[in-house]
Amino acid sequence: MADALRWQLGTVTEIHQETPRAKTFTIALPDWTAHHAGQHYDIRLTAPDGYQTQRSYSIASEPEQQGSIELTVERIDDGEVSPYLHDVVQLKDEIELRGPIGGYFIWDVALGGPLLLVGGGSGVVPLMAMIRHRVAARSSIQTRLLYSVRSPDDVLYATELQMLQDHGEGVDVTYTYTRQAPAGWTGFHRRIDRAMLKEITSQLEAGLRPYVCGPTLLVEAAANNLQELGIPAGRIRTERFGPSGT
Amino acid sequence: MGERFVSRGFFGRRRQPEQAGRIPPGQYLVDDWPVLSAGPTPRIRLDQWRFTIEGLVRQPVSWSWDEFLKLPSKTYLVDISCVTKWTKLDMKWQGVSVDTLFQAVSLDPRAAFVTAYSYGDYTTNLPIPDLLNDQAFIAYQQDEKPLTPEHGGPARLVVPHLYFWKSAKWIQGFRLEERERLGFWENLGYHRRGDPWKEERYSGD
Amino acid sequence: MDEQDGDLNRALMLDGNAAGGILYDVFTADMTGAPTECASCGRSGEVGSLLAFVQAPGLVLRCPACESTMVRIVRAGDVTYLDARGAVYLRIAR
Repeated sequence: MADALRWQLGTVTEIHQETPRAKTFTIALPDWTAHHAGQHYDIRLTAPDGYQTQRSYSIASEPEQQGSIELTVERIDDGEVSPYLHDVVQLKDEIELRGPIGGYFIWDVALGGPLLLVGGGSGVVPLMAMIRHRVAARSSIQTRLLYSVRSPDDVLYATELQMLQDHGEGVDVTYTYTRQAPAGWTGFHRRIDRAMLKEITSQLEAGLRPYVCGPTLLVEAAANNLQELGIPAGRIRTERFGPSGT
Repeated sequence: MGERFVSRGFFGRRRQPEQAGRIPPGQYLVDDWPVLSAGPTPRIRLDQWRFTIEGLVRQPVSWSWDEFLKLPSKTYLVDISCVTKWTKLDMKWQGVSVDTLFQAVSLDPRAAFVTAYSYGDYTTNLPIPDLLNDQAFIAYQQDEKPLTPEHGGPARLVVPHLYFWKSAKWIQGFRLEERERLGFWENLGYHRRGDPWKEERYSGD
Repeated sequence: MDEQDGDLNRALMLDGNAAGGILYDVFTADMTGAPTECASCGRSGEVGSLLAFVQAPGLVLRCPACESTMVRIVRAGDVTYLDARGAVYLRIAR
């Protein structure tokens, strides 16, 4: 493990439009290593004059998928890297990247559960890797995703999450819409707050492992509320997603 | 990788400097104003805000927010260069010249440097001559609006002829010193003076 | 951005996870899961849980409890500067 983290050239093998603002890139890696759900890769872009810039992107795929990774990238209009990935990158393009990186915001079935995943916006990406890992590993750990999004159009992985719900795999998804809810919606229609978290955690078994990922204000509010609901601070894992970090 | 990899179709969010004489070497032009901070935005209540000049002065002096706003202020139109390589032209500020502030104190003849210190733990060091002759000011408006907290409001130091890390956000005071005490970035490899036209980015440049 | 009630600087604030690559360059090990202790307030926690300011001229990691600076890293051309005075210790596993 003492090696430097090497940059490698991956090849884009699939591009999937998830939502109007988010695309998933499948990247084949010559030097693939199994990651832990929750880890990220650094992407580095180089201009002809040598100018470089880099960003971190969470892995959306499960470690059981060999030889390639999936990165879901939200387009930040005034960003530098995400507009390039969205507007310029095509199939078969090469992308320079290194990883997997991170040993803090990670989950493996061996860690157990119940698993409480709290995601805001594109912060759901590393949580999806955890869900997919749980499914691929055929684990029965009780898993609950509380997913805060602006509107139905912004829901990532909507079809896959719906299928998991329907198949009674033990993965439950609760949405809360912060701006616009679907017609006839009777569920949560506000930002994540203590009452919401209390309701969700009361339905889960003891020994909860919460993973919270999203914009910094959501992460702070959710982590504070979970602590006040009696979950030890050391067990709550958080990851802040910045508007430019992604 | 032997030959350097180039990302197909990537040129960065940069504009070619068409006004070459105004862009320091190694810089590129931006239209937006990036937010770069070394720490969280301090919450400063205006009724508790003070700006203080202390250290090697005969008598320290300190202004409250209301007193500071009564000082004569000026409009400045200046170009700003950040060591992270962006340059923004024609930024309009309203603020108080450091010359005006220094008129309120009598400097000890040994005073040669200023440590500008901020709310939070940020500091930066400047030789006194870089602050004189209307080269530096404490700004509280940008583009005719109150300076926003993420850009250093309620007030920040602005020293346009040096890299922007010298323009300390959330300014709290000046400490006059005999010797130069390296600041937050200067003591970790950044240049002690930071002249963008000489590309004084790192110590030794 | 969905969260309008904080300032942009706060929204841009990330955590130690985002600094994993830079930390790997310096320590040639994953540091985000490594325990550390704040020299200012004594809070213990993983490096991944620290506040990270990655947009600045260098990397700054701060204690999430007291916001004191714990670690600073500047890459100045070919050399790297490290200041970890604000951390009682960093544990490097490799």
